[in-house]
Amino acid sequence: MDISNYIYLSALLFTIGAIGVVVRRNAIVVFMCVELMLNAANLAFVTFARVYGNLDGQVASFFTMVVAACEVVVGLAIIVTIYRSRRSASVDDASLLKR
Amino acid sequence: MANLALEVGRTLQPEAILFWILAPLAVVSALGMLFVKKAVHSALLLAWVMVTLAIFYIAQDALFLGIVQIVVYTGAVMMLFLFILMLVGVDSSDSLVENIRGQRPASIAAAIGLGGLIISLISRANIGVETIGLQDANSMGNVQGLAQQLFTKYVWAFEVVSALLITAALGAMVLAHSTSTKSRTAQRDQSIARFRGASLATAAGLPSSGVFARHNAVDVPALLPDGSPAPTSISATLEARGDMLSSKPFELEAKEVEED
Amino acid sequence: MVTSTNLVYLIALPLFSAGLLLLLGRIADKWGHIFATLISASVFVIGLIEFFAMQGRDGEARAATQKIFEWISVGSLHVDASLLLDQLSICFVLLISGVGTLIHIYSIAYMSHDHDRRRFFAYLNLFIAAMLLLVLGDSYLNLYVGWEGVGLASYLLIGFWNQKPAYATAAKKAFVANRVGDVGLSLAIMIAFTQFGTVTFAGVKESASGASAGALTAIGAMLLLAAAGKSAQFPLQSWLGDAMAGPTPVSALIHAATMVTAGVYLITRSNFIFDASPTAQLMVVCVGAITLLFGALIGTAKDDIKKALAASTMSQIGYMILATGLGPVGYAFAIMHLLTHGFFKAGMFLGAGSVMHGMNDEVNMRRYGAIGKVMPITAATFGLGYLAILGVPPFAGFYSKDKIIETAFNAGGIEGILLGGATLLGAAITAFYMTRVIVLTFTGTKRWDENAHPHESPFLMWAPMAVLAIGSVASGFLLSSGSALVNWLQPVVNEHHEHHAEEFLPPLVVSALALAVVAIGVAFAVLKYRTVPVSAPEKVSVFTKAARKDLYQDSFNEAVFMRPGQKLTSSLVTTDNRVIDGLVRMVGWIIQTCASAIRGIQNGYVRSYALIMVLGVLALVTAVWMVTL
Repeated sequence: MDISNYIYLSALLFTIGAIGVVVRRNAIVVFMCVELMLNAANLAFVTFARVYGNLDGQVASFFTMVVAACEVVVGLAIIVTIYRSRRSASVDDASLLKR
Repeated sequence: MANLALEVGRTLQPEAILFWILAPLAVVSALGMLFVKKAVHSALLLAWVMVTLAIFYIAQDALFLGIVQIVVYTGAVMMLFLFILMLVGVDSSDSLVENIRGQRPASIAAAIGLGGLIISLISRANIGVETIGLQDANSMGNVQGLAQQLFTKYVWAFEVVSALLITAALGAMVLAHSTSTKSRTAQRDQSIARFRGASLATAAGLPSSGVFARHNAVDVPALLPDGSPAPTSISATLEARGDMLSSKPFELEAKEVEED
Repeated sequence: MVTSTNLVYLIALPLFSAGLLLLLGRIADKWGHIFATLISASVFVIGLIEFFAMQGRDGEARAATQKIFEWISVGSLHVDASLLLDQLSICFVLLISGVGTLIHIYSIAYMSHDHDRRRFFAYLNLFIAAMLLLVLGDSYLNLYVGWEGVGLASYLLIGFWNQKPAYATAAKKAFVANRVGDVGLSLAIMIAFTQFGTVTFAGVKESASGASAGALTAIGAMLLLAAAGKSAQFPLQSWLGDAMAGPTPVSALIHAATMVTAGVYLITRSNFIFDASPTAQLMVVCVGAITLLFGALIGTAKDDIKKALAASTMSQIGYMILATGLGPVGYAFAIMHLLTHGFFKAGMFLGAGSVMHGMNDEVNMRRYGAIGKVMPITAATFGLGYLAILGVPPFAGFYSKDKIIETAFNAGGIEGILLGGATLLGAAITAFYMTRVIVLTFTGTKRWDENAHPHESPFLMWAPMAVLAIGSVASGFLLSSGSALVNWLQPVVNEHHEHHAEEFLPPLVVSALALAVVAIGVAFAVLKYRTVPVSAPEKVSVFTKAARKDLYQDSFNEAVFMRPGQKLTSSLVTTDNRVIDGLVRMVGWIIQTCASAIRGIQNGYVRSYALIMVLGVLALVTAVWMVTL
């Protein structure tokens, strides 16, 4: 099997995640789509680690996971805070930036 | 399952079978994330995509990452997502009507363009080396190999990331913390309030439910000395639900007593 | 040439007084006029002291200089603020400060009812200071400072009652007309500097003999333009009539002692240039001749006593300018006429002011008549001035004007006859209109307004008039006895002792002719104005109509300069508004439009921003895709 199939898969998942970020309105779903994009990138890292025969890609992937965890923690805290004050998890409701 | 994947990964052909089974499933699940209405379903689909990816990691000699993917990601992060979903409202679902003009077609066009371009680029790209494989790198074991990298070459990044984690945890606590606007009423305050209240009738507390002689379930009101049921002795919720039993059968024949 | 330390006080004292009175404001209201008059008198005294000091020195050494400070030292241009008091300057210093002081005294009474009297006196002192700087400067540049100062002071004084828009406009008109002349002077200075590398009188005089005829003619023409502006000569004379808007003492000051004499001074001072350039001299003569007839003609038709006198001034200055154009012999006579004119014209203006003072500021001579009986002193002093201006012997004008007529005839050839004829004709017309003024004002029947109660003016007013009347009577004789002034001025204006060898007509014949034409003019006026209608007659000859309109000079100026100027201005304004502002506004409009278009992107939705980010990534990837194609 051609190993670049993993890369194609990674690109596809990344694109789907991007669409989700811009299309979905539930903040949690938007977040999950961001996670999907990160995971797609991780897949590419792991694949390239295998291609080049060293573990640097896997280390990068590992760091990505850690940073993603941080991001999720803070992001979800923000969502909860917004939800508490607005009773809504829709990203479109937080549109005060235009004023 | 991990061992199985590891084994089939050794030879290319079984890996191809694994890939062609799991990859379409992953893509379909990811697409499903976009189209399902309920956030919970999205979360479950994402969890499946992550599990798939974990399998691919293992298949590609990244055993540690595969395990971490399942334990940390699918296990912890996705559970966090689900937890927040429950907190926010499990059935808080998107209305799928777009309210930004032109957002959806533009997004789809942009994303398809992006995807198409990336795929076209990948197809044109020349990696330059034959796939080496991780047999040598993983000769001491994948975990040991990664550890060696992490604590030598990437130790500085590792420390910084640990600081980031702590900061994120603190940040989440600060964000989620809310100060109450009024001081909590203590037992003493409640007691004082009762005795200073409009009537001393409830000063000693509300009557407890049940008729001690006959029946003392919470859904049976207590009887007053004249034999009538006491409405304050049972929860208002039970009464509203209609779960309350009637105290009628337990009432004393008050009038007869009077006649005596 | 000696150095003196007193010269600076001639200018500094009145300048200080003007500044003090203006800065102190109302505090000085009580004593400001006395102070200013004393300052003016003290300047006259310093002038006299200097005059007597000069008497004690010999011809060439009479001039005195004083360097005040080094003013400009740039490259090859070195100008000191230095003063030069020579035989020519001292005449002016004495005239300016003497007549000026008399006018100050007169104004104390004349302006006693004006609550801005202090300011008026401050301006008078400023005027005196500027005029003295003009005549005392030792270089064209110093002169220019005084020249501009005179322009400023005249502007302030003509527009003294600027609460009346017409008066303010008159002041502006005088200022603008003067600016035209000032351009001439500044150009003359620039040409002189480029040609000779110096702007001092002495330096220019030294280099003038070796200069090209073209340059000298150019300088001469520019100086003439300057003189025409300041002295109200053709074609810049139009401001003079309107300048009557100022209080009457100002008119006296402008017409007799300062301002209009500046042009004569300038030409006389620049005699070395005009003597070396016959073309420039011819221009001067022409301007003088035209103006003297022009002014005289205007004078015949004016019903406003001050405007009639103003026209007369124009005409008399014309005589002087003509005389200065006649070469070395003419300068002394020009200055002589200037001095005598200073006396009799100041006297007449003050007399006119006195009449107005008694007649509730009525200026229309047709509303006067028979004032001689109620204002005998005014009538007498005015009459003496009248005789002087007519040139009746032995009054002052006889000595000065006849000399000019004589010199004009002596110019030789056709030119001499033409100029002589013009001056004679001018004398005749002068006689006519001055007689007209006398007849309309002092004799005949009362044509007064019901409210008018003419009375003799107070002592402070008639005393200066009396002094000036004495000057009108005696100054001519004193200045010309034994050719006193001619000899006095010779070192300055006529170094080579030139005089015309042959005389076209003997002096006695010229005098007789002049007296004859004057007699005709007087007789004509007396006959014509036996009866005077109160309102000016409508059916009059074309000439009278033209004269009433100042010979259409204003209309000409308006048609040729003002209207095209306004058109040009308004078209420039339109261009500025439409094209230049339009361009600027278009830039703003473009930015605004783009901004409001781009603002649509800023809708506040995070997803929208995310999409833009995706589009950015798309653009980047496209770029990579294109590059790697």
